[in-house]
Amino acid sequence: MSAVMEPTDPLAVADADAPAAARPLAPPRAHDAVSEPAWVRRTLIGLALAFLTLFLFVPLVSVFAQALAKGLDVYWAALVDSDAVSALKLTLIAAGVSVPLNLVFGVAAAWAIAKFDFRGKSLLLTLIDLPFSVSPVIAGLIYMLVFGLQGWCGEWLRDHDLKIVFAVPGIVLATVFVTFPFIARELIPLMQAQGQEQEEAARVLGASGWQILWRVTLPNVKWALLYGVILCNARAMGEFGAVSVVSGHIRGQTNTLPLHIEILYNDYQFAAAFAVASLLAGLALVTLVLKYIVERRAHAAFDLEKTQ
Amino acid sequence: MSTRALLLRRHSVLPGFNLSLGFALLYLCLVVLIPLSAVFLKTFTVSWSTFVGAAASPRVLASYRLTFGASLLAALVNGVFGLLVAWVLVRYRFAGKRVVDALVDLPFALPTAVAGIALTTLYASNGWIGRWLPFKVAYTPLGVFVALTFIGLPFVVRTVQPVLEDLQRELEEAAATLGASRLQTFAYVIFPALMPALLTGFALAFARALGEYGSVIFIAGNMPMVSEITSLLIITKLEQYDYTGATAIAVVMLVAAFALLLLINLLQAWARKRQGR
Repeated sequence: MSAVMEPTDPLAVADADAPAAARPLAPPRAHDAVSEPAWVRRTLIGLALAFLTLFLFVPLVSVFAQALAKGLDVYWAALVDSDAVSALKLTLIAAGVSVPLNLVFGVAAAWAIAKFDFRGKSLLLTLIDLPFSVSPVIAGLIYMLVFGLQGWCGEWLRDHDLKIVFAVPGIVLATVFVTFPFIARELIPLMQAQGQEQEEAARVLGASGWQILWRVTLPNVKWALLYGVILCNARAMGEFGAVSVVSGHIRGQTNTLPLHIEILYNDYQFAAAFAVASLLAGLALVTLVLKYIVERRAHAAFDLEKTQ
Repeated sequence: MSTRALLLRRHSVLPGFNLSLGFALLYLCLVVLIPLSAVFLKTFTVSWSTFVGAAASPRVLASYRLTFGASLLAALVNGVFGLLVAWVLVRYRFAGKRVVDALVDLPFALPTAVAGIALTTLYASNGWIGRWLPFKVAYTPLGVFVALTFIGLPFVVRTVQPVLEDLQRELEEAAATLGASRLQTFAYVIFPALMPALLTGFALAFARALGEYGSVIFIAGNMPMVSEITSLLIITKLEQYDYTGATAIAVVMLVAAFALLLLINLLQAWARKRQGR
C-alpha cells in the first residue's frame, strides 16, 4: 500500500524521513525505553495512593479523630480510669516478661544456628517459625487444653490452688507464644550472613564464650536486635485473640489494653474505646518510626562495610 | 559421642553449642511444641464420627466458606494492589514517598483490636466511608473482606519490593532494544521475575487472613451461617466448655495453616533458585 503511495506523494516521503533523520540528533534519553509515559506513571501513583488512603491512612487518622471526638476531658478520663490503668499495668507485665524471655531464646537460637553446622537445622528453623502460622485463637486454645480445668494439668492445678488460665500467668504464656519467633527471626539471617570469622579471631586471641558474645557478636547485630525487640514488644502489647481466649475477661484483673478496648466498645463507650486505642496506635507509630531509623542505620553500616 | 554423631556437627572452635542449642530446644518444646501437641492428642481421644460431627456441622462449614472465601478474595486484592504499591514505591518518585513506604507496615504494628474498631466505625452506615456507599459493609461478609484486606496489605508489598529493587534494568533495556513495548516488557520480562515473590506474598496474606480474629469480629456482625468466621466459632465453643468441638475445628485450621506454610517454603525455595542465589 505505502509502496504504491510513496512515489505519488513525495511530501509524505519527506515527512516520514524527517523524524528518522532527526532522531540521532535528539539528546540521548536512555530512560525512555525502560520507563512509562508520564500519564501512566501519574495514574499508577494515583491508584496506589488512593488504595493506601482508603485502607491505611483513613483508618489511622480516624482512631485519633474518634478518640478526641468528645473533647480532651473525655479522652483524659478514659485514660486515667482505674480499669484502664490496671489494663495498662497488665499489658506492661505481659510485655515485660515475654520480651526478655524471647530475647534470651532468640540470641541462644541464633548463636546455635548461625555459628554451628548441625543436622536438622532447617527443621529447627521451620519449628521456630511455627507460632507465626498458628492463629492467635488456637494459640490461646492450646493453653486451655494444657492448663484449663478439663486440660492435662487442670485438676492438679485446682487441687494445689494454682490459677494459670483466667489469670495473669495464662495471659503471659499466651503472649510469649505469639511473640516467640520475632527476635530469633531478626537475628538468625543477619548472624548467618556475618559468618563466624570475627568470633573465631576473638577465640584465638583468648576470649571466652561470654566475652565473644558481649564484645563481638551482640555489637555486630545490635540494630537487628533492637528492631526485633521493638516488634516483639509491639505485638506483645497489642495481642488480642490469644489473650482473649485465656483471660476470662475479669475487669480490673485479667484485662489487657486490647481487651479493655473491646469491652468499652461493646458498651457503646466509643470515645473511651478510641482513647485507649489511640495509645496503642501511638505505640504502633513509634514502632514504625524506630523501624525506619533502624533500617537506615543497618543500611549505612552495610554500605560502610562494602566500601571498606 | 553418639549424640555428636547423630547431630553431625562440624567441628568448630567456638564454644557454647550445647548450651545455646539445648536452651533453644528446651524453650521451644516448653512454649510451642508441647502445648501445640495438646491439640492433636486431644483429637486422637475422640472418635472419628464425633470429630466429623464437630468439625463439619453446617454452621462450621458455613464459617469455613466465609473464612476461606473472604481470605482468598482479600489476598487476591492484596496481590493486585500490593504489586501496584511495590511498583510505585520502587520505580517512581513522588512527594511523601518515604512516609508512605514506612506506613505500609502499619497493619503489622497496629493491634488488631484497634484496626477492628476503626474499620467498623468507618464502614458503619453513618461512618466516614460507609455513608457514601450505597450498600452495607459493616456487619456483613463484605466487612470481613475489608478487615482481611487491611491486615494482609503489607505481605505482598514487602515480598515483591526487594525483588523489584534487585531486578536488573539491563534486561528491560535489552527487551526495549529488541523492539518490545513497555507492556510487553512488563508481561514477558518483569512479571515472570516477580512471580515467585508475588505468589509468596499472596500465600502469606492468605495464611494470615485465615487465622485472623481481632480485626474481624467487630466489623463482621458475627451472625451464625452468614458472617461468623471460624476463629470466632472456636471461641464460642470454648465459652460453652465444648473443648472437643473447639479442638476439632482448630485441627482443621491448623492443618490448613501448615499446608500453606509448606507451600510458602517451597515457593521461597523456587524464588531463591530464580534469583540464582
